Amino acid sequence: MIRIQLEKRAQHSAIFSLTSPLIALAITATLGAIMFLLLGKSPTAALYSYFIEPLTDMWSIHELMIKAAPLILIATGLSICFLSNNWNIGAEGQFILGGIFGSALPILYPEFTGPMVLPLMLIMGIIGGAAYATIPAFLKAKFSTNEILSSLMLVYVAQLFLDWLVRGPWRNPEGFNFPESRTFHADAILPEIWFASGRAHWGFAFAIIIAVLMWFVLNKTLKGFEVRVLGLSPRAGRFAGFSENKMIYTAFIVAGGLAGLAGISEVSGAIGQLRPVISPGYGFTAIIVAFLGRLNPLGIIAAGLILALSYLGGEAAQISIGVSNKVSAVFQGLLLFSVLACDTLIHYKIKIVKTMRGKAAL
Amino acid sequence: MKKITKTILGAAAATLFASSAMAADAKACFIYVGPIGDFGWSYQHHQGLLAVEEAYGDKVETAYLESVPEGADAERAIERFARSGCNIIFTTSFGYMDPTNKVAAKFPDVKFEHATGYKRDTENVATYSSKFYQGRYIQGQIAAKLSEKGEAGYIGSFPIPEVVRGINSFMLGAQSVNPDFKVKVVWANTWFDPGKEADAAKSLIDQGVDIITQHTDSTAPMQVAEERGIKAFGQASDMIEFGKKTQLTAIIDDWAPYYVERVGAVLDGTWKSQDVWHGLAEGNVVMAEYANMPDDVAAMAKETEEKIKSGELEPFTGPITKQDGSEWLAEGDKADIGTMLGMNFYIKGVDDKLPQ
Repeated sequence: MIRIQLEKRAQHSAIFSLTSPLIALAITATLGAIMFLLLGKSPTAALYSYFIEPLTDMWSIHELMIKAAPLILIATGLSICFLSNNWNIGAEGQFILGGIFGSALPILYPEFTGPMVLPLMLIMGIIGGAAYATIPAFLKAKFSTNEILSSLMLVYVAQLFLDWLVRGPWRNPEGFNFPESRTFHADAILPEIWFASGRAHWGFAFAIIIAVLMWFVLNKTLKGFEVRVLGLSPRAGRFAGFSENKMIYTAFIVAGGLAGLAGISEVSGAIGQLRPVISPGYGFTAIIVAFLGRLNPLGIIAAGLILALSYLGGEAAQISIGVSNKVSAVFQGLLLFSVLACDTLIHYKIKIVKTMRGKAAL
Repeated sequence: MKKITKTILGAAAATLFASSAMAADAKACFIYVGPIGDFGWSYQHHQGLLAVEEAYGDKVETAYLESVPEGADAERAIERFARSGCNIIFTTSFGYMDPTNKVAAKFPDVKFEHATGYKRDTENVATYSSKFYQGRYIQGQIAAKLSEKGEAGYIGSFPIPEVVRGINSFMLGAQSVNPDFKVKVVWANTWFDPGKEADAAKSLIDQGVDIITQHTDSTAPMQVAEERGIKAFGQASDMIEFGKKTQLTAIIDDWAPYYVERVGAVLDGTWKSQDVWHGLAEGNVVMAEYANMPDDVAAMAKETEEKIKSGELEPFTGPITKQDGSEWLAEGDKADIGTMLGMNFYIKGVDDKLPQ
């Protein structure tokens, strides 16, 4: 019998570690080209329309920023969680709660206008997301509940809560009974960064600033060190006097707050009202972004832009070469697969082991 | 300059775009909320696109985007179309209403057609829908004739006026045959999710209903009904292939005549903003063949269909009592269009509480 097993490499190549996301991208592009070839499309034309065409127009670059902003914000928060070994899978729900909390102001008090509205909305959005994230944090810290399950389940609760709000109490009184809130007044809309050339809003600026700040905190401060130590070895962390429970709360609250900020930025900047669905799965895609960016906020900026490009590219490819929109999902899957495969193969080598029949059980 | 860059980056692609863009007189573009393979709502809109291609051949170029989520993505998708040289853009889901109007304001030279909405903020936006509820009335009559239990199961998508109107119309049709008829409603909270729709169908059948109808877009309920040996109605397209012994009839959304007409209007420069609500009479709502039922029931259904077409029968004509027992329409009164478009109440006999 032949068995394949992974064996840890004694030393892994620094160059390969550094370039592994790029290698993964190249593998994805190659596999993608083969896929297009099999579909009977020219691979150069397809890859061009997929990866280059969205970057040839200014408005399209704006759209890229709109799409990337929530991904970067959420993934930046998740990087703290994942580095400290807190598996927050519920950013999607925290995103939604941020959107709901922030929207309460323009929806419930439409007559309240002025320059204070927007900052208040953003703060409430952050609070909403952070508060929602404390639920799985509390359950984990207090009862050792598996945070993967609890945070994931809370996503569905958030989605249904939003659904109920826009169908019931927050429904637009002038909206023919359709499930959506009233549209926000001008003071509640996150303004565009550079109006003349496209509709990208300040959410993208928030994302970049926060990612850079987070990079600084994680790499240059004691707090960042604490996050890493507790993630790599909780026991060592305890010896150093770091509290695991405090870290659970910190990680979840920061991640939730940033997801909440992403949520209210999306609602206020890109949608302009609450609808039954406000996220096409940003909270989940951000998990891919966080890992593609190697849990490094600067890497996450690049990864967020690449994932955003894969959405836009899917659309461009659909229009110009007529392939199904499922291609973007396939591409994202290929990308994540290649990233994980590259990382695994850098740290482990494949070994083929020949075993005797009876011994296999061992 | 841009052309040169494009050629360098992807010669094959660039020439391909250029040559196809030159040949056509107009470009018609379509945005669908579901996949074109749903055999329901989006599938039928896509049939409309194919009819446009058939009618105008090389004169019209077409493009479409499927499974575009409502919300922020829709605005980008519509804007992308507007920028890529589309002359007329059909946005075929209610949730595209605000994005359509926003983009339309930026591109005054492009025509926009929004299905099932009510906002026409600028002169380049038109809206259109169909009176599907007319078909629901016929289905209600058939159900009341055939159901041994005197009860039908109804799989709803979302409790919006369009869907509530359908349920009420089905109920009115059924009550015209059997005043004690009951309708049981299950909300799937999705337009297209074969798994959820199948679950909804199973739970209704488990509760004992022997006829189901649906306002969701997949063929799953039809297939479940076929397995369990009960009868069902198809939605949006003719689903007889998925329920040969099961489908009684189906409401077919035939968008082809409208799409061909409107693209034609762009070609000859006569396009104008309008709001259209067509039904059986205009051929935008078509009933699939009446099958799997006795001849007398089929004859009754055909007769009702003719009466609705000629205008002799309008489903929402009084006396109609609301679910809470209050009177809505007095004898002979007809519903006004505002109440029809914003319908948010059940009529008497619906066995469900409308989610509010």
